[in-house]
Amino acid sequence: MNAELVIAIIVSIAAAATPILLAALGELVVEKSGVLNLGVEGMMLIGAVITVAVTLTTGNHLLAIVCAALAASLSSLIFGFLTLTLSANQVATGLALTILGTGFSALFGQPYTVKSVPIIRSPFPPELAADPIWRVIFGHPPLVYFALLMVVAVWWFLNRTRAGLIVRAVGENDLSAHSIGYPVIGVRYLAVMFGGAMAGIAGACFPLMLTPQWVERLTTGRGWIALALVVFAAWRPFRLLAGAYFFGFMMIFEIYAKSNSAFRVLPSEFWAALPYLATVLVLVLISLRREGRTSAPACLGKPFVATG
Amino acid sequence: MTSFNRRTMIKIGGAAAALPLLGSRAFAQEKLKVGFVLVGSPDDNGWNFGHDRGRKEMLEAIGEDKVETTVVTNVAEGPDSERVFRELAQQGHKLIYGTSFGFGDSMLKVAKQFPDVKFEWATGNVSAPNLSLYNAKFHEGRAVCGTVAGLMTKSNKLAYVGSIPIPEVRMGINAFAIAARKVNPNATVKVVYIDSWFDPAKEAEAARALIDQGIDVIAQHTDGPVIPQIAEERKIVGVFGQGSDMSAFAPTTHLTSIIDRWGPHYTKSVQSVLDGTWTESSVWDGIASGEVEIGPYNANVPADVVAAAEKVKADIASGALHPFAGPIKDNTGTERVAAGDVIDDGEYWAVDWYAEGVEA
Repeated sequence: MNAELVIAIIVSIAAAATPILLAALGELVVEKSGVLNLGVEGMMLIGAVITVAVTLTTGNHLLAIVCAALAASLSSLIFGFLTLTLSANQVATGLALTILGTGFSALFGQPYTVKSVPIIRSPFPPELAADPIWRVIFGHPPLVYFALLMVVAVWWFLNRTRAGLIVRAVGENDLSAHSIGYPVIGVRYLAVMFGGAMAGIAGACFPLMLTPQWVERLTTGRGWIALALVVFAAWRPFRLLAGAYFFGFMMIFEIYAKSNSAFRVLPSEFWAALPYLATVLVLVLISLRREGRTSAPACLGKPFVATG
Repeated sequence: MTSFNRRTMIKIGGAAAALPLLGSRAFAQEKLKVGFVLVGSPDDNGWNFGHDRGRKEMLEAIGEDKVETTVVTNVAEGPDSERVFRELAQQGHKLIYGTSFGFGDSMLKVAKQFPDVKFEWATGNVSAPNLSLYNAKFHEGRAVCGTVAGLMTKSNKLAYVGSIPIPEVRMGINAFAIAARKVNPNATVKVVYIDSWFDPAKEAEAARALIDQGIDVIAQHTDGPVIPQIAEERKIVGVFGQGSDMSAFAPTTHLTSIIDRWGPHYTKSVQSVLDGTWTESSVWDGIASGEVEIGPYNANVPADVVAAAEKVKADIASGALHPFAGPIKDNTGTERVAAGDVIDDGEYWAVDWYAEGVEA
């Protein structure tokens, strides 16, 4: 095994980890505000199809990503209206959003299935990434750096700002937050829309970084991995970062275990199952902890109805 | 054409449950209703696209005044597909095609419950009085691709991205490897299974991982054009289209393709139901009868390589060359097929080894 290959593997891992990291970061904020949105997969598909449509029409990657974020955010408003304003069941509504996103994207994407999407390259001049060592730092598409920045931003927002404190308060104890005058529903709407936008950008990663095309069900379940990751990371942004890269590592390592005997320390099926085994293990560890506080936001998934 | 996905099917199912009361004779006077169950989307530019094109050619040939078709897309393989087949049968479809290997168990069950409905299972291996099998000898096309790959590779490292390790996929790999090594004894074929017919992100990751390991020609047995796209992105020596021509996705690296032509079979089989002459059968044709077609060669393929590939194609068509003609050694060095012998169509399904040069 040479350095060249190690770097290629690292670049692949970053690419695989980025969409699940972005989607999971958005969902983390949503869940911190006390809302469980299972529609991540559907919103990612909407983001992906809008990205393909805008990229093929205008050729502008940035515009495509912005449109993807807006479209997915708009779709999350449907979820928001049903669960927050009408107090519908969040689990059922979230699943409905996934089905809606799958169907909408399949229908909307039909004219775009026969075209290749120009992929997005590293924002740095190619000379910087020519040397394999520097490629680890400069050789990634911009969304990889964006995801890393967002980890810091979300951590800073939740833990170091007043607004972040309000979001957490709403998620931990909606009645208290309401009684001291915070707009619980309003805060949750904003969180849901942020989650939608992040899922949309996560969806944009697929055609722009991974598979340069549109096809039905393009994200093939990675939105669900993002959902699992939030729990895996115990609702902490930096643990989420580690988790996403760990999941990305497993996805890529599975392929190397299959294609290269040097990597076949364990059967490839083991690598394929490991992310899920790890999630189960972490869930067990979390529930074994007896520190008096669990990591899940206390109001997660409970509808809030203001009384008086 | 009416197009449904599985969810609308379930909804319609409720309404359709009342229909059988009308009796099948009501339908017999109407157009023949033919159902197609697809594992993916006809927009995949590959396997499902090929079947849908065959359906359209059949409609064209027989006429929409005599036949009407229902296409159910994105049906998962396995037990869940059973209700889709039952639904179609209950709605009065007299001929139902299941176009993936994994639909078999469900089809066998439903076929038993609807003895007057004809079923046809693509790439299947167990038939019943009202369930026929139809398949194409894709491995003949693989031998042509293998010849091109063996002659074109610079690194002598070829790869094959497989979907699921079923006999058809394994034998495609063997045919490819045997043909490649016949023209280039130093060539090796690395195999990666993605454990799905459809997972574009994983296909892309597999293709990139293989290219990063020095592979310069990739063949694939999955349902979409992602791998040609990645090959084009990385500008490797070559890649092959599977199911249909994928050169639009890889203008410079798409060397040639295996094109599935299901139209003639669909036309023949629908016509036989219309004529009342349909019988249980097992169709397995290849290059000779036109079920398997080799697409146009890329301008980057040198003339002598095209000539060598065309010779393999012509010899397979004429019967002068068998893709699995001995001597064949497996990848542990054991001789599996003696010189002068071949793996015949019956033995094909039982092969559980890979040919020499395959790293799987």
